[in-house]
Amino acid sequence: MNAVVEEHHDHDHKPTGIGRWLFSTNHKDIGSMYLWFAFTMFFIGGALALLIRAELFQPGMQIVEPEFFNQLTTLHGLIMVFGVIMPAFVGLANWQLPMMIGAPDMALPRMNNWSFWLLPGAFGLLLASLVMSLMGLGSAPNFGWTFYAPLSTTYGPDSTDYFIFSVHLMGISSVMGAINVIATIMNLRAPGMTYMKMPIFVWTWFITAYLLIAVMPVLAGVVTMMLTDRNFGTSFFDAAGGGDPVMFQHVFWFFGHPEVYIMILPAFGIISSIVPTFSRKPLFGYSSMVYATASIAFLSFIVWAHHMFTTGMPVAGELFFMYSTMLIAIPTGVKVFNWISTMWRGALTFETPMLFAIAFIFLFTMGGFTGLMLCIAPADFQYHDTYFVVAHFHYVLVTGAAFSIMAAVYFWLPKWTGNMYDEKLGKLHFWLTCISANVLFFPMHFIGLAGMPRRIPDYALQFAEFNQIASVGAFVFGFSQLIFLYVVIKCVRGGEKATDKVWEGAHGLEFDLPSPAPFHSYTTPPVVK
Amino acid sequence: MSTASHGEYYIPEPSKWPIVGTAALTTSVIGAVNTIHAGEMSLLLPVGLLLIAYLFFGWFGSVIDESMAGKYSAQVDKSFRLGMMWFIFSEVMFFAAFFGALFYARVLSVPWLGGAGNNAATHEFLWPAFEAVWPLLTNPDNTKIAAPGEAMGAMGLPAINTAILLTSSVTLTWAHHALRAGNRLHLNLGLGITVLLGCLFLVFQVEEYIHAYSELGLTMSSGIYGSTFFLLTGFHGFHVTMGTTMLLVILIRCLKGHFTADKHFGFEGVAWYWHFVDVVWLGLYIFVYWL
Repeated sequence: MNAVVEEHHDHDHKPTGIGRWLFSTNHKDIGSMYLWFAFTMFFIGGALALLIRAELFQPGMQIVEPEFFNQLTTLHGLIMVFGVIMPAFVGLANWQLPMMIGAPDMALPRMNNWSFWLLPGAFGLLLASLVMSLMGLGSAPNFGWTFYAPLSTTYGPDSTDYFIFSVHLMGISSVMGAINVIATIMNLRAPGMTYMKMPIFVWTWFITAYLLIAVMPVLAGVVTMMLTDRNFGTSFFDAAGGGDPVMFQHVFWFFGHPEVYIMILPAFGIISSIVPTFSRKPLFGYSSMVYATASIAFLSFIVWAHHMFTTGMPVAGELFFMYSTMLIAIPTGVKVFNWISTMWRGALTFETPMLFAIAFIFLFTMGGFTGLMLCIAPADFQYHDTYFVVAHFHYVLVTGAAFSIMAAVYFWLPKWTGNMYDEKLGKLHFWLTCISANVLFFPMHFIGLAGMPRRIPDYALQFAEFNQIASVGAFVFGFSQLIFLYVVIKCVRGGEKATDKVWEGAHGLEFDLPSPAPFHSYTTPPVVK
Repeated sequence: MSTASHGEYYIPEPSKWPIVGTAALTTSVIGAVNTIHAGEMSLLLPVGLLLIAYLFFGWFGSVIDESMAGKYSAQVDKSFRLGMMWFIFSEVMFFAAFFGALFYARVLSVPWLGGAGNNAATHEFLWPAFEAVWPLLTNPDNTKIAAPGEAMGAMGLPAINTAILLTSSVTLTWAHHALRAGNRLHLNLGLGITVLLGCLFLVFQVEEYIHAYSELGLTMSSGIYGSTFFLLTGFHGFHVTMGTTMLLVILIRCLKGHFTADKHFGFEGVAWYWHFVDVVWLGLYIFVYWL
């Protein structure tokens, strides 16, 4: 019983050694593991991207075999989507949600740790196939991150079956993580914190969690159909037995479209936390932000076939999905105008998080506009599967989602570590990243409109210059992230002490806690007025 | 008094179960793939499945111990309820994927292969002899994928199974009312009957599968009809197996005197799950067997 007494005197008692991480029930430790996992995967996925850009530096085949190029694009996409953006957001949710709503921890701490630890298992399986491929022992998944049938069923390599179960593990992890977020938000808010008083980051994660619970099981369903088509003779995606390869695309994109909002709604929450802080004004239009997020989430379920305009859908289908997709511009526009209105006549300062946030608003909006271009069905017949699409989704996922994650790390790192990060290096990281990302992705619009197809290792001569520019941008972008890594490590190890409030304009329960925040955030719930 | 309880919310001690769970699932899936590829049992599969069994016994065991020790406040109870509720919702969406595939085949792809809408050319150039009739007793390409000899009717075993599952929901509700009224005899009786009905359902389903494979020629590989039939009913059967196991655990706990009239989330969680399985069956009965 002595241990009991001691612990009650010391709320910050931490388990030690490797057991602290393996057996953790602490939202901060689990959040850190998620973030470091995502960071590691970011460098692995990024290395694959650099190989792709090196191959595409000039026309002709230079470095890799076409077969391996297919594996590179596939694994780059899968790693960045499931191994970087999603886990990074879950890591941020783990760190921030309990602090923001005045809770001691997540609602289901053991399940929380299981959610995390399934990811190394899942990606171990996936990366093992890449290692095998490098050793010349068969092929890694090579059908693109969307794994369309029949590429993944009839023609998929043996490693496809490992890939299928890897997706199952990721799905279990995501669903458990989402259930945890929902239970935490619904059940652990501090007294007085009504739903419409929740910080907007909490709101966006709340809605994201519903998207996850609704669509990850559908992904599990579609990979299960793949598994049985491949191994047990079913014909879901085989027209000879009455199935349809296009059905794969419908089921996949029913998951896939909400999935892209899973990767952007938490970003909206982050930007909505940062912009008011550095504008020293409350967020403009809080309730409209909440309703816009919910509207986007709802719309995400009825737009999926805009990814499939060229599959020969009935005209009524083309029109329905075109118009429903256009509708998304309305709630998204509400958000963009709200952020701008928040900054309007604010006392703005431009610390690194704010720089990333402003870059996000501008560049994400560009990605949104190219999305509008793509949603026009007759125009999409031209754009489909070109580099224009690649440009579009890298603007929303890199300068959108990834920028928001970097902004969030800079914004909350002083709260997590108790130390300020190196502002000079942070700014250097921002400018290098922001400029090189545009050098990398902006030319892709042009070569895409000019007709360069995506996922092909060679191209016609006229695309050479823009491809070279993009490749230069890619390498600058990639190596700039080492600065980010250095800044984070430096900040974890020490530096100028952060105040409890960290930022002059900061608001929210997490900024009432000391920096670094105590091991169990709010041991007794604060009262929110 | 728990060592890690801060304030009023119970935060569990560091726990080994998540790591055991990861090892169990990863081992199982590698074992499953190796088994499929080699065509013979990979040792990793039984090892993984045993680890999963160990995980369930251990993790649920420690949760039951904590619950019996009175460590869970009303707020923790609510977290469990929310967790179970949204877990069931995720299961609903899993079945939705397979129902979606069924509806897509029945309403769109099969008629299109038969030339419906503007698909005259599809029909003419691919399989002109194909007639779009559900259930598919001739596949578009019968030489590649042999069609079933006969479709599964809605009467007979499936109808009996519907009655069994509906009855089991009634007996479970009876047990629940008995628990709340403090009538332990009726509780155990109702729960016991529910477990037996669950087992009976499974026996009949095995019977039905044998009938389908050996007499009707209806298999998983007999085209989209067999694919949707066996994956939908198969996953449902798997969920009935899980549900029956869960009911059995609850029955044992009831016999041991666990649960009180007002604190019995374990019972309720299983009951919700069982009703969910029941509702899925009704959807199956209507759209897979009947219509």
